[in-house]
Amino acid sequence: MEWEIVMGLEVHTELSTKTKIFCNCSTQFGGEPNTHVCEICSGMPGTLPLLNENVVRYAVRTGVATNCEITQYNKFDRKNYFYPDLPKAYQISQLYLPICRNGYIEVTGGDGSPKRIRIHEIHMEEDAGKLIHDEWEDCTMVDYNRCGVPLLEIVSEPDFRSAAEVIEYLERLSAVLQYIGVSDCKMQEGSLRADVNLSVRPKGSEKFGVRTEMKNMNSFKAIGRAIEYEANRQIELLEDGKEVVQETRRWDDGKGVSVAMRSKEDAQDYKYFPEPDIPPIEISDEYIEQIRNAMPELPEAKKRRYIEELGLPEYDTGIITGSIYLVKLFEKTVEITNNPKDSANWIMGELMKLLNDTQTLPENMSFREESLGELINLVNSGKINRGTGKKVLEKVFCDNVDPAKYVEENNLAQVTDTGAIKAVIEEVIANNEKSVNEYKGGKTQAFQYLIGQSMRALRGKAPAAEVQKILKELLG
Amino acid sequence: MDILEMTATQLGAAVKSGEVTVKQALDAYFEKIDKYDKTYHCYNTLCRDEAYKRAEEVQKGIDSKTLTSPLAGVPIGIKDNICTKDIKTTCSSKILENFVPPYNATVVERLEKAGMIVIGKLNMDEFAMGSTTETSATGATHNPWDIQKVPGGSSGGSAAAVSAGLAVAALGSDTGGSIRQPCSFCGVTGLKPTYGSVSRYGLVAYASSLDQIGPIGNTVEDCANLFEIISGKDEKDGTSMEFPHFSAEKALAGNVKGVKIGIPRDYIGEGIAEDVKKAVLDAAETFKSLGAEVELFDMPIVKYAIPAYYIIACAEACSNLSRYDGIKYGYKSANARNLRETYIKSRSEGFGMEVKRRIMLGNFVLSSGYYDAYYQKALKAKKLIQQSFFEAFEKYDMVLGPVAPTTALKMGESLSDPLKMYLGDIYTVMVNIAGVPSVSAPCGFDREGMPVGMQLIGKPFGETEILNAAKAFEDATDYHTKKPVLK
Repeated sequence: MEWEIVMGLEVHTELSTKTKIFCNCSTQFGGEPNTHVCEICSGMPGTLPLLNENVVRYAVRTGVATNCEITQYNKFDRKNYFYPDLPKAYQISQLYLPICRNGYIEVTGGDGSPKRIRIHEIHMEEDAGKLIHDEWEDCTMVDYNRCGVPLLEIVSEPDFRSAAEVIEYLERLSAVLQYIGVSDCKMQEGSLRADVNLSVRPKGSEKFGVRTEMKNMNSFKAIGRAIEYEANRQIELLEDGKEVVQETRRWDDGKGVSVAMRSKEDAQDYKYFPEPDIPPIEISDEYIEQIRNAMPELPEAKKRRYIEELGLPEYDTGIITGSIYLVKLFEKTVEITNNPKDSANWIMGELMKLLNDTQTLPENMSFREESLGELINLVNSGKINRGTGKKVLEKVFCDNVDPAKYVEENNLAQVTDTGAIKAVIEEVIANNEKSVNEYKGGKTQAFQYLIGQSMRALRGKAPAAEVQKILKELLG
Repeated sequence: MDILEMTATQLGAAVKSGEVTVKQALDAYFEKIDKYDKTYHCYNTLCRDEAYKRAEEVQKGIDSKTLTSPLAGVPIGIKDNICTKDIKTTCSSKILENFVPPYNATVVERLEKAGMIVIGKLNMDEFAMGSTTETSATGATHNPWDIQKVPGGSSGGSAAAVSAGLAVAALGSDTGGSIRQPCSFCGVTGLKPTYGSVSRYGLVAYASSLDQIGPIGNTVEDCANLFEIISGKDEKDGTSMEFPHFSAEKALAGNVKGVKIGIPRDYIGEGIAEDVKKAVLDAAETFKSLGAEVELFDMPIVKYAIPAYYIIACAEACSNLSRYDGIKYGYKSANARNLRETYIKSRSEGFGMEVKRRIMLGNFVLSSGYYDAYYQKALKAKKLIQQSFFEAFEKYDMVLGPVAPTTALKMGESLSDPLKMYLGDIYTVMVNIAGVPSVSAPCGFDREGMPVGMQLIGKPFGETEILNAAKAFEDATDYHTKKPVLK
């Protein structure tokens, strides 16, 4: 039987506001445990939440960028559950009136044509703390730094039919969130987390199968693997005449398997009720319009502009516009080199190779943005050759060196003085009598050998064409 | 005049004129507390050292005329659910028996800024849940008028302390009558302000949408002066509201000529004690004689008030009280062998019966499958109650009624019959549900000599009007001057 996979996503993204959603503590990632904590976010008796208006602004911006309707009369609700990482024993969230509804993001469907993934809702809520299990001491410690970091939960409709669609959606969504400056979407730091609801059904069937929810995927690749695993697991169960149990499963990327965490029967009753400590929030038409007008260029528009105005290939623009960090680097590089094609080529070629080789994500690049443009200018002006350029880029990428300074300090500039090149080649000819004779006897490989020797003697710093020309002259 | 005979406002004036020093005021009160509080148990904690230390600063501020509030230099007692920095705040619960907040409630900040001095934390029903102060884990407070009787609750310690002269003024909190009812039982004056007019920041939450801090004093003037100090928008409380500055002076004109007062028939019908009804109707006559128009009207919604209140209050309470787990602060069971047991035993041993009852009730009404039948319905009732007050205020400037159906009960009576205790809140809870202000003032005594209180309920932010009316009544009567004889 042919099976169809049906998926919906719940994406949690941490907002990059400077302060937490209900107090003035810093939202910065890292930091010694329990240093970004106050009486409010640690839920001390008598304290009250005070809504950070920027969270509302960021949520509306996200809704506008993902084609949502904005709820103009907003309320918060309490989701009650008891867990050590939640000091108030409830999470302030939105159940009844989420701030955004009925949006969509476009991906490429199975037949290659555009397909809309509908967004059911986006709501605002607070993050919980983090539990750190100390196996050595056999105890669990709580770090409340993350408590009260603002989150958006972006809930899709069950519109996905393949892992490719899921990953494209996540790539596009995180690109949008980064472009509009609401989140840095760093999966390893947990600022973007995606839970996958998955069920399978015989192809052609209208009825949904029993679904499971998968958590704990820390990269797009892990999501892809988890989907494949879970779809196969469900299909095997059904083909064996067994049933899929509705449950939450935890993905173990190391082992490549998912493990059941809790079944529907253990599901918590969250006893939601309207949050009494936060008055309703009204959002005016003008407020939404203002945000709409201030919206920066979004990935799709940028991509089209790169193709039409800069004449870049579609594939390259897709890669570059997929990450705000690559976009920023690209635009800075173009600004410095005034050469979009070369800028794109260096990013698509050498930089991508370095990112892949070192398993680095664009958001984790740590060199000065101007360095790439300066380096390209050094190559294009002939100050260094392309080969040297690649080596310098490696140093820029790894150690954040200043390209011009590094070239100078390591004496990497090309020798452009013809007299000096000539002197070196003359010496090579003198030392390689045998090859010279072979060349003169008609052996062309001997010429290549002599070029090689000359370049080595010049330590690669002379233009190859110039060396070839002079060698030919000298050999007659 | 003896310091202990003065009202808070008189004491403030005496301190300002130099007739009395701040230290002398503290000496007088601490001496009286030392003598009598063993008997009445108004206080959970006294902060003698902190108070004397503050007194020096405050005296300097008064001498240099930087502290100009009419209550500067006046000592005050604070209900033990209002956070005081570095001073235990227990909510009269075992679970918070050792909780010392590292922050002040906004109201405490405001009192201190005005030059008032916190002398102690006052007893209450555990987490403000109760109407008798008998649910306190530190033991019951006794009514100064009759030691066998309850002082009312939950701000029983606050009202009894003012009544007994163990505090010249106090702060209480009112979620369903917790300021007004003990004031009525102890023969003192108290104000439950409009929801949102006083910051709740630092008030340990019972039912967040109903809780409101308010003043308790010997006179309307004392309450008005206190309210002026503590009220006003607070950036730390999102539910506190902007409203025109309250001026105590304007609220003390004491003139009710032409004021329209409505009395709900449903407030003086079935279930009310004869003596209470008589005192309230006599008060109505007094108002008439002072030039007010008084009229009876129907408010049939009253019968839904108790169930709606207990559903909403318990729902919020069960959520607000979930954080007490014995880990970060407060009581931790010594008998637990693991984390789960720590949670269960700390909560089982740390909370009293009434609190547990309300936690269970709250969890029940919020459970899936019951939410619509209870909580959702209670919210509808809330809308209707607000609506009926809105309609009443189209016809009347304020509403007059009894605070409670009876005077103070015998100790132990309602503990065995919680439903009876809940029904005693019938006239007070509507005010919290509607979010409107109400002042409770003494208006007579029953045949056993126990005080009776009336309440004047106002429009939202109508504190000026109701305090004015209460002041007019006070000027025309002498109930507020009667004091119990202490044992």
